[in-house]
Amino acid sequence: MSLNIHKIRNDFPILNQEIYGKPLVYFDNGATTQKPRIVIDEELKIYLHENSNIHRGVHYLSEQLTQRFEDARKVVQNFIQAKSEHEILFTSGTTQSINTVAYSFGERFVFEDDEIIISSLEHHSNIVPWQLLCERKKAKLKIIPVNDEGELLIDELQKLISPKTKIISVTQVSNALGSVIDVKKIIEIAHNHNIPVLIDGAQSIQHGRVDVQDLDCDFFVFSGHKLYGPTGIGVLYGKEKWLNKMPPFLSGGEMIKKVTFDKTTFNELPFKFEAGTPNYVGAIGLAKAIEYIQSTGIEEISAYEKELLTYATEKLNSIKGLKIIGTSGKKVSLISFILENIHHYDAGMIIDKMGIAVRTGHHCAEPVMQRFGIEGTIRASFSFYNTKEEIDKLYYALLTVKQMFG
Amino acid sequence: MDINAKQNEIIEEFSIFDDWMDKYNYLIELSRELPPIDPKFKTNQYLIEGCQSKVWLNAEYENGIIKFSADSDAIITKGIIALLIRVLNNQKPEDVMNTNLFFIDKIGLQQNLSPTRSNGLLAMVKQMKLFAMAFHAKNK
Repeated sequence: MSLNIHKIRNDFPILNQEIYGKPLVYFDNGATTQKPRIVIDEELKIYLHENSNIHRGVHYLSEQLTQRFEDARKVVQNFIQAKSEHEILFTSGTTQSINTVAYSFGERFVFEDDEIIISSLEHHSNIVPWQLLCERKKAKLKIIPVNDEGELLIDELQKLISPKTKIISVTQVSNALGSVIDVKKIIEIAHNHNIPVLIDGAQSIQHGRVDVQDLDCDFFVFSGHKLYGPTGIGVLYGKEKWLNKMPPFLSGGEMIKKVTFDKTTFNELPFKFEAGTPNYVGAIGLAKAIEYIQSTGIEEISAYEKELLTYATEKLNSIKGLKIIGTSGKKVSLISFILENIHHYDAGMIIDKMGIAVRTGHHCAEPVMQRFGIEGTIRASFSFYNTKEEIDKLYYALLTVKQMFG
Repeated sequence: MDINAKQNEIIEEFSIFDDWMDKYNYLIELSRELPPIDPKFKTNQYLIEGCQSKVWLNAEYENGIIKFSADSDAIITKGIIALLIRVLNNQKPEDVMNTNLFFIDKIGLQQNLSPTRSNGLLAMVKQMKLFAMAFHAKNK
């Protein structure tokens, strides 16, 4: 069944507007996705009629909303096929999820001279928390290299692994280039050495089915706002066996069992890792977004986005002097490119004036830019509410850019 | 001509453009007219790094006035630099220090100076004023 794009676009109120007098073309979905009306309405409804702090009160509103928050956890569990709802922790987003693992797992399992492996395709959020852990513990960071197509050289991983390797943390999709990484293979190799693996799903979860049990990853993290959900909500999936062994990261209310001034005992999973009042409105909003995606069909979304990618790749490649950075055969609907002798900032300014939203710069992945010897790229990232007509508009905008600066 | 007169002159010039495209084409033209910076100043020491485009800036103090020279790797940024230099060049340190650069807003380029744009231009204006402050302090 193919998607009814016209109907879908009507579900996203923000798309129906003009920027500088031109219909908005939103191609910055890699940074954040737009929200369907049912997500916006849901949040509004909670604040208008249902708000109350959860897990606290015995009163009606609190009980009702606590139930809905825990139902949201089940929606996420089902969406990524986790074994237990206890393995789903709500965080503020991917960054907090990775920091939680880097701090908490690191505290318990990483010591002097130990090693942590990441890849050269990581977003700064999957680099810096590990660098800080390495500084704290005098551990070492090792990097899986990438080839000229923007594909990870997974064979090199074998050489990097040593008895000192404590954890591997890699992205499933490069935010700067769009390449899809065969994380299943990485996990297989790592598990042969009993090394746990964290998968950064910030750029993959919105483009295709994720099954954490099939992947067998130890941790999987993503953000709600890149999955058509609200900002400020994210997920940390962790296998129970790890989460039980890890000390809490943040401390405060909700995460405790009993507090005296001598000693505090901690609550069970998942609450041990959810200190303070959680973003329950965000969690329920995220569940709504997931339900929207499920009813649209993640396979259908995936297939349509591939169609957009193929169309856009052909169209952009036909522009002389345009070079796509990241030419792997396996990509999500995201294209990073440069224009010969034209600064990405100049191009971005002109594209913006035509009502088209793209991202320019290093995309918080400076090591990727260094690897390809460039300062930055122009990145167009497509979602299932985008159309080929919009890609044509980008194509003509780029021709104008070339004419102005060429 | 003092700083405000120069700003008004630029506003007047830009008032003929009713199309943003013409305005940016004019900036591109201005970028080509910007006198080149001495290559010895195109080093990290003179670099004002923005998130998106780089700006190099040098200032010299002669006979009571400041002479600025600058460059950028992005053309639109360079065009705006040309305007900034036109306004602030050959002025007294105290005038540069205390100036209010209203022309940027008036010609519709304020977007380029917003902190979120982080193209190095906002930092450049700050650095120009810092140079002026330093020369002013030296003078005393």
